[in-house]
Amino acid sequence: MNDSITNPEFDITALQNGDRAEFARMVEAYSGQIYRLALKMLQNQQDAEDILQETFIKAYHALPQFESRSSLSTWLYRIATNEALMFLRRKHPHQISVEQPSNDEAQPVPLEIVDWCCLPESELISAEARVYLEKAVEMLPHSLRVVFLLRDIEGLSTRDTAEVLDLSEGAVKTRLSRARLQLREILSVYYRERVNIATQAGEV
Amino acid sequence: MTSHKNCRYLLSSLSEYVDGSLDEALCQEIEKHMEGCEDCQIVINTLQKTVDLYHKTTEPPDIPSDVRARLFKRLNLDEFLSG
Repeated sequence: MNDSITNPEFDITALQNGDRAEFARMVEAYSGQIYRLALKMLQNQQDAEDILQETFIKAYHALPQFESRSSLSTWLYRIATNEALMFLRRKHPHQISVEQPSNDEAQPVPLEIVDWCCLPESELISAEARVYLEKAVEMLPHSLRVVFLLRDIEGLSTRDTAEVLDLSEGAVKTRLSRARLQLREILSVYYRERVNIATQAGEV
Repeated sequence: MTSHKNCRYLLSSLSEYVDGSLDEALCQEIEKHMEGCEDCQIVINTLQKTVDLYHKTTEPPDIPSDVRARLFKRLNLDEFLSG
């Protein structure tokens, strides 16, 4: 999580007047978060780098219009998210867009009922499990993945996530719920196997 | 789980429940329901664990030095590139 660098103080007036040193400081502070978000949304380093660069170029030009109603980081997340979603829409025109509620709102019924919480930590976060955790996120539709990434990986509040995505707070909660339930389902398939192996070995 | 008609209704509240942000009345309803529904207990526990695992395995934001260098160059900020 990124609490320590969420709200560094910046001189907004200097930024809006084109102060390059202050802009460099802002890039330094936020580029890590923006790159991480882009990478997890796009799963491709080159694409993520393009989005990262576009985000700060757009931000530089848009800074004079920045109103301090939202925080600088929320505003940057908003630019980056829009860039990434536009990129995905061009790449996958058939996928449902983030604004489109459609059947996204329905909660999936849990099918996997295996209690894998008892697995040791070494199993739950092994190198192999970490790869699977990443893969599970990639399996989410874009409209749910972006909400999950902003809330659970970037640590934004429901309110800030709603602002970034131009959604109501209720819609953010519904999509986060749906994303988490889907992830639970996908992870259950993986961890169920680990439980089976452990049970056979008489470890659990 | 589908045999309990309450489960579906409670499902949409579970995400907020694991965040501890659900209102008290619904919390109590979920906890009361869980006492008699083992499947729901498992779903809630594994949902909680799912969220915890992602929080736990999220590394602090980092940017490869070459990506950072190219970003600064693209923004004409080379002179501020240090470290």
